[in-house]
Amino acid sequence: MTSVIVDRRPDKGKSTANRQRVLKRLDGALKAQVDKLVSRHKLQDTDKAVEVTIDRKNVSEPSFILDPAAGAFGRIIPGNDQYRVGDKIPRNPSQGQGGGGGQGAGEGSSDEEDTFRFVLSREEYLSLLFDELELPALVRKDLLEIDETRFRRGGVIRYGNPGSVCVARTFKASIGRRVAAEAQYQEALEEAEAALVVARGSGIQSLVNVAELELQEIRRRGADIPFLDPVDLRHRNLVEVQVPSTAAVMFCLMDVSSSMDEKRKDLAKRFFTLLYLFLTRKYKKVDLVFIRHTDQAQEVDEDTFFNGTQAGSTKVLSALSKMSEIVEARYPASRYNIFGAQASDGDSFGGDSTESSAYLLSQLLPCARYFVYAEVGERPAHGSTSLWAAYRSIDSDHFNMATVSARNEVYPALAKLFNKEQ
Amino acid sequence: MRDTSKLSGSEWTMDDLLSIEQACARHAAGYALDTFPNQMEVITSEQMLDSYVSSGLPVNYGHWSFGKHFLIENAKYRSGANALAYEIVINTNPCIAFLMEDNSLAMQALVIPHACFGHNSFSKGNYLFRQWTQPDAILDYMLFARNYVADCEERYGFDRVEQTLDALHALRDQGLDKYKRPSKLDTRKERAEQAKRLSAAQETMRQAEYYSLVPKSPKAASAAEVFPQNPEENLLYFIEKHAPKLEPWQRELARIVRKIAQYFYPQRQTQVMNEGWATFWHHRLIYDMYDAGEIDQGILLECLHSHTNVVHQREYSSLNPYALGFAAWNEIKRVCENPTDEDREYLPDIAGKDWLETFHDTMQNYRDESFLLQFLTPKLVRDFKLMNIQTLEGLDHWTVDHTAGAEGFKSIRSNLSAAYRLESYMPEISVVRYAHDSDRKLVLHHQSYNGRMLAKAQAEQTMKHLRWLWGFDVTLETIDQNGKLLAKY
Repeated sequence: MTSVIVDRRPDKGKSTANRQRVLKRLDGALKAQVDKLVSRHKLQDTDKAVEVTIDRKNVSEPSFILDPAAGAFGRIIPGNDQYRVGDKIPRNPSQGQGGGGGQGAGEGSSDEEDTFRFVLSREEYLSLLFDELELPALVRKDLLEIDETRFRRGGVIRYGNPGSVCVARTFKASIGRRVAAEAQYQEALEEAEAALVVARGSGIQSLVNVAELELQEIRRRGADIPFLDPVDLRHRNLVEVQVPSTAAVMFCLMDVSSSMDEKRKDLAKRFFTLLYLFLTRKYKKVDLVFIRHTDQAQEVDEDTFFNGTQAGSTKVLSALSKMSEIVEARYPASRYNIFGAQASDGDSFGGDSTESSAYLLSQLLPCARYFVYAEVGERPAHGSTSLWAAYRSIDSDHFNMATVSARNEVYPALAKLFNKEQ
Repeated sequence: MRDTSKLSGSEWTMDDLLSIEQACARHAAGYALDTFPNQMEVITSEQMLDSYVSSGLPVNYGHWSFGKHFLIENAKYRSGANALAYEIVINTNPCIAFLMEDNSLAMQALVIPHACFGHNSFSKGNYLFRQWTQPDAILDYMLFARNYVADCEERYGFDRVEQTLDALHALRDQGLDKYKRPSKLDTRKERAEQAKRLSAAQETMRQAEYYSLVPKSPKAASAAEVFPQNPEENLLYFIEKHAPKLEPWQRELARIVRKIAQYFYPQRQTQVMNEGWATFWHHRLIYDMYDAGEIDQGILLECLHSHTNVVHQREYSSLNPYALGFAAWNEIKRVCENPTDEDREYLPDIAGKDWLETFHDTMQNYRDESFLLQFLTPKLVRDFKLMNIQTLEGLDHWTVDHTAGAEGFKSIRSNLSAAYRLESYMPEISVVRYAHDSDRKLVLHHQSYNGRMLAKAQAEQTMKHLRWLWGFDVTLETIDQNGKLLAKY
């Protein structure tokens, strides 16, 4: 009898496939929770996993079981230290189930809770969240035009530098060549041997000599078949391919004038974060640029952007031209997918709105993949602000806008901007 | 420095596990424990959960329900509501035992004798396992099942396979041959026969097409002919063979589901005996290892601590199979070695006999129901302070009708034994009529005892699955022992 120990620990992830299956099964139930999840889940800690609660009804597995409450039945109870024959014990309705052995309780007890909770990984949560969203078709088409050159493996070729020799293929070629050459050699050898026999049979010495020389020559050639010949060499080939650029930059533009109170900033922040998360799923690397503005624009770091305060009036144009400036300096449109996201309460004065909208249309939209404007603030003001009115006249497939007046509207607003059906 | 000859501390290495196993093997040989070779697999807690949800089988086909149970068990485990099993062992040859990496050395010293010698010898020796399972073939069969299901998913679509398996799983408990010994699992034969069945099915379809062109002779409606002639208890088998609309691959899935359900049939009927047996032997072997100086006192004490938790019986709650089984086997040993007059009266067959011989004979030839009926001692009933309580539907109280005295012993013994009878916790459902010449309606009977009924909501959901599989009308009637109709689904 031999006993063995096997370390199975490296053999991970067997449950992953079934987890995907149950998530797929729960898709509807999970999506219904997305809105709730978004508002409850703090966006700052997007690295954390999310806990969801699922009604068991969505994944019930019925079977024929006995009703624990029906009919007459008995139980064997251990530990009796107070009851005598004939005593009556009040029946606890929740305790009514289970055969004497506790075995029968198996199926019943698994249903005692109506819901179960589990943790979604960040990936699973985001894919659920953004499942319905997609970059607008036009944007994707544009994407293919901005190319980057990459090398990738492309078959096997006969010439190349020694470092790229493909050993397996070279040997394969060598075997083929040797098989062919040796077959030929065998044939010639047999012929020469036969000729020698004939020559000997004829008894003429000169013929024998010629035949012997011939045979020697063939043997020599046979011995000369090399194991590896330069013609056998095979090299791995690299081909240049054009791939769409995967780098993106997202400009966050926010009005920080005094009319933007904490609540509005909070909404803006949520909007930016969600958009950022969405973009990180589409692009390998997303740079962030924060531009805040009052009547003049400044590029700042993230902390200052969300937490710093500044007083002043509002001039949207300043931020737009700042963005244009930075694009020119650091993010050439040929190499980056440029996304703009602007959040503002829509207040602006004088000709700023129209100037901004014209600037956006003529200067920024031609180089940007997509520019979105989110108007944050209380509902009555929506759609009546001067900026909103001016932006509405922009007719471009690269531009879209939405309003957000409460936390739970952030995600729907984003969904509207990136609706798959669009 | 650590004394290499004696194991101590809580850290362990693979070699330590092997030396525990070998020490146990030496001691077990003295008790003539016959086991399959052991294959101990060290796994993580996640892998433990994983095998947990597929009944311990290391290979299983893909289905969302396993994923669901994983999520539920995982949440319970993470929240600390449930501790994980320390080990899982299934009856394969070699006997695969999963040992968790988080276990301390003492825990490993407890679970190795428990699983690798207790459960292992039980599943090799017990008659139910010998008759109903093939430890050599199960892993091959599971691999075959997994590949077949994956193949079906590719060929017939993920959703259709899932729907079929959902429906079949609902009837899993009705896929058992309870009295007839099932045919042997043989993956090669299974594959060959599967191909044969598939081509036969196609042939039948071709013939049916041909015959449908031939004008039928006016045949007297043989409505009087009842089919099946005898009620069929194996619903899944009946569906596999007779469901009018299923496609051949769906019949194969039905076969796979019922074969696997059948494999676990012995387990559920020997829980008390099997756990008791394994607990008895780990208890014994740990002391043997300690006496032989193979483990130190710290390990012994930690083992005993866990052992005590395992065999703890809470008062006024359901019976703990570990506690009951452990006590029952200890009682058998006591009756063999030091019988009292009472024991001689109730257990004359074993009183004063050789305990080890009695143990082996009992382990091989009984299941929970017969084991308790035969070997429950009055002393155990007194020690456990058992009482029997009865109630009726609608009553707001239980009535105590027997307590652990001499006069109540026999009733308690028979009631306890009956509680482990399959019918007492699983509904008895059988196919009684299939109108295969008319509307193809199927009639099932649920035999009710003592007014026990099916859980209504669940039964209705299950019927939906059954109707989908059958493709025509299906009725389920609950009837009492006098044949009176109690309910209809």
